[in-house]
Amino acid sequence: MSTLASALSADLLTVWPEIILALGLCLVLVVDMFLKDSYRDVTYLLTIFLLAGIAWSLLGAGAGGETTLAFGGSYISDPLSRVLKLFAVAAVATVFLYSRPYLRARGLHLGEFYVLGLFALLGILVLASSYSLLVSYLGLELLSLSLYALVAFNRDSPVAAEAAMKYFVLGAIASGILLYGMSLVYGVTGSLNIGDLQATIGTAEASSLSLWVGLAFLVAGIAFKFGAVPFHMWAPDVYQGAPTAVTLFVGTAPKLGALALAIRILVEGLPALGDLWQVMLAALAVLSLVLGNVAAIAQTNLKRMLAYSAIAHVGFILLGFVAGTPEGIQAALFYTLVYVIMAAGSFGFLVLLSSRGEEVENLDDLRGLWQRSPWFALLMVLLMVSMIGVPPLAGFYAKWWILSALLETNHVGLAIAALVASVIGAYYYLRVIRLMLFEDGGQAHAGGVPLDVRVVLSVNVLLLLLIGLLPDRLLELCARAAALI
Amino acid sequence: MIESALGLGTLSILVWLPILGGLLLLALGQNGAGVRLDRWVALAISVLTFVLSVPLWTRFDSSTASMQFVERLPWIRSFNVEYYLGIDGFSMPLILLTTFLTPIVVLAGWQVIEKRTAQYFAAFLILEGLMIGVFAALDALLFYVFWEAMLIPMFIIIGVWGGERRVYATMKFFLYTFLGSVFMLVALIYLYLKSGSYSILEFQNLPLTLTEQILIFLAFLFAFAVKVPMWPVHTWLPDAHVEAPTGGSVILAAVLLKMGGYGFIRFSLPITPDASSELAWLMISLSLVAVVYIGLVALVQKDMKKLIAYSSIAHMGFVTLGFFVGWQILERTGTTAGIAMGLSGGMFQMISHGFISGALFLCVGVLYDRLHSRQIADYGGVVNTMPRFAAFMVLFALANAGLPGTSGFVGEFLVILAVFKAGFWYAFLAATTLILGAAYTLWMVKRVVFGPVANEGVAGLTDASARELLILVLFAAGVLGLGLWPAPLVDVMAASVDHLAVQITQSKLAGAL
Repeated sequence: MSTLASALSADLLTVWPEIILALGLCLVLVVDMFLKDSYRDVTYLLTIFLLAGIAWSLLGAGAGGETTLAFGGSYISDPLSRVLKLFAVAAVATVFLYSRPYLRARGLHLGEFYVLGLFALLGILVLASSYSLLVSYLGLELLSLSLYALVAFNRDSPVAAEAAMKYFVLGAIASGILLYGMSLVYGVTGSLNIGDLQATIGTAEASSLSLWVGLAFLVAGIAFKFGAVPFHMWAPDVYQGAPTAVTLFVGTAPKLGALALAIRILVEGLPALGDLWQVMLAALAVLSLVLGNVAAIAQTNLKRMLAYSAIAHVGFILLGFVAGTPEGIQAALFYTLVYVIMAAGSFGFLVLLSSRGEEVENLDDLRGLWQRSPWFALLMVLLMVSMIGVPPLAGFYAKWWILSALLETNHVGLAIAALVASVIGAYYYLRVIRLMLFEDGGQAHAGGVPLDVRVVLSVNVLLLLLIGLLPDRLLELCARAAALI
Repeated sequence: MIESALGLGTLSILVWLPILGGLLLLALGQNGAGVRLDRWVALAISVLTFVLSVPLWTRFDSSTASMQFVERLPWIRSFNVEYYLGIDGFSMPLILLTTFLTPIVVLAGWQVIEKRTAQYFAAFLILEGLMIGVFAALDALLFYVFWEAMLIPMFIIIGVWGGERRVYATMKFFLYTFLGSVFMLVALIYLYLKSGSYSILEFQNLPLTLTEQILIFLAFLFAFAVKVPMWPVHTWLPDAHVEAPTGGSVILAAVLLKMGGYGFIRFSLPITPDASSELAWLMISLSLVAVVYIGLVALVQKDMKKLIAYSSIAHMGFVTLGFFVGWQILERTGTTAGIAMGLSGGMFQMISHGFISGALFLCVGVLYDRLHSRQIADYGGVVNTMPRFAAFMVLFALANAGLPGTSGFVGEFLVILAVFKAGFWYAFLAATTLILGAAYTLWMVKRVVFGPVANEGVAGLTDASARELLILVLFAAGVLGLGLWPAPLVDVMAASVDHLAVQITQSKLAGAL
């Protein structure tokens, strides 16, 4: 009895941050019910405090590099999960910090935004720590369902409703595919546990056709969550249709969840099938890089353009998996973290410019922004430069590390293809700079934006510059986080 | 003195002072009418940078080819990347060229630039720091960071302050050079994976097989050939030059193009000597095409800036010719003497071309500021209304044509001398530049400067102002100084040139797996 209790308490200790979050979000939900609209800031402050508390508890837990398994080996707390969780909490907090004036200007400043956001965060935390196919699925559904609801958050907007519908239908199919893949893997191996999968799949099982089919389904499901071609259809519509604050959410933290899903299932669970999924991911990566970069050129809507840009960046992230080495996974982790910071900055920039009420989402709105809001135009220049991958901004080191990993494993052709695609991609990022700096006539400006949002955006972008000048810290953090895989 | 107080080396100060100064200018922004503090700040910072760079020359030990003023700190430990700066006889003159030209560029934009002046000067100061960084970096990744970062200020300079087709030109400039550099990145990473370090000097000692060398050489060639620019990847240059503001054209022609030549000296030749030898025919052919064909193209230009841009390509063809002709000499005569001569000729030509092309672009700028036209046909008889200016323009034109006594002569002479050892027909083709160069430059001068006053616009021209004269005098001092007394520059480079000549004739195939 006492051993059971102590085992249980050890298990509970492992999921301590998730428990705080779950309890905290219930509290937010309940408190919010009794608040009048004019007191909505209480919900906001409570949420921010909650996130700060979780970040603090994660920092406390992340002091050592130890790995703990809990709940019969289906839940893990390791350096990787802690890094992912910390970034996810920070990303979600950043989203909330950006969004308040935007939502308020549209009469959308409701408690549900925070509650749904926190549920999605809980899903990401579960994904980061999941060490069993079933737990992964649980986390993924928690994340996805919250996102569907968030996309439809502005219920008076038909565009948002359409986007949410599309997202939901396609997402449900993808979840089904993923679940089917899991069941096939379970059928062959008799195990759902990542650790067991790793240990039991030998050469005999690795050649089983049903396992291959299962793997194909798993990869398809993961690709959908990442938004990799050809499972990217939802991304442009959702990014464009959702309120920009929600796009900001969808475009940032969930990428960390998708990364966790890919690392846990493919890299840790099915290393025996590495050759197979590397080929699949290589195809997905090249398609994403080419289609993302080319299609983005044709866009006039900035949110849609950034959706295609996200697809192209996912292509780069997947190339880290194609390399297959620990180095490659570390590079993919670094790329994802840097991408999340860049995406938060870019969508945050749009949210900031839209926070007085009018929608700023077309490229033409940015014309001549330099004359009206020079500081924010400069920040956006830095963001676009980082997205292109020009030093000294963080985006460069992300691409550089992926390339190193690819070259180390002799994927020279892939490396060159990725680089050529990113040169093509440079065109549309440069176009944003061009419109802001070289042309006249747009309307967007940053006048009247609250100070906190201004500060958050500035910190967000200057962080990219700081990482660019002194990349050592984050590089080492990623190397350590993914060292044990 | 200053360096010991700050714990920084001279090179670090030279890199970071202009960059921080540029950021300061951005922060100051436009201030009220009247004082125009921004340009004075810019001038002060650029002059201070130049003054601080003088010790590089005075305290330079020209008896050794090893790196001097070295600063070495770990930067990215996990990849063994260092903050590693140092200069030798190749980079030192180029750094001085940069620090000398930046105050001139600031002066050139003094009154001409009317919109967003603070940002204009800031962009040039940041660009200066990055250019010095490129020449001083001894760590390949650090080099690449500076190299790529330069694109951003240049992109903005052409795009914001350029002419009518500036957007097209600046996009073309960025994408062309970006495409070139990414191949270099692949080569650098490959070399890192082989050697375990990003130190350029270690790359130079790394044994490589011929296949590896050829692939790496081609990757470097992509990056450097676009920058030089060599035929057939030169097409971005005339567009960029024509649309860039005067200051941008000066920096582009005088310094940015030299990055390509410098890259050959720092990377291609010493890291892949066998491939350089193997592919010397290609480089010599491309260079000769640039010299002859682009010279002919220059002849038919109607736009002065375009003409000087094509002339730049032809003259840079001379540089690459000098760098690579050595192997042909080695093959023919069996001696390595010609290699050193070609190298120092090419280097001299780079520095000299920095002054001459910068000066010519400035002259066009002076005319453009008055009549807002770059078309040769719109001018004629400028000498009647602008006698002092015309004297300078004729001097620079003669220097461009390679008149003895000017710096243009020395570089071309050294290269042709080396090329003669390689064979008569090489020399014959190379020497056509003397005819073509004289033809297109002097013909332009004839049509623009001499003759009767062509139209009312020219009749109303006012001669160069004191500020413009100061700039022209500075350029003339450089052109004549190097032309009449080339010894100091040749001496400074001598040890490094000899070292490189020895280094590149030693095969790196032995020991390569």
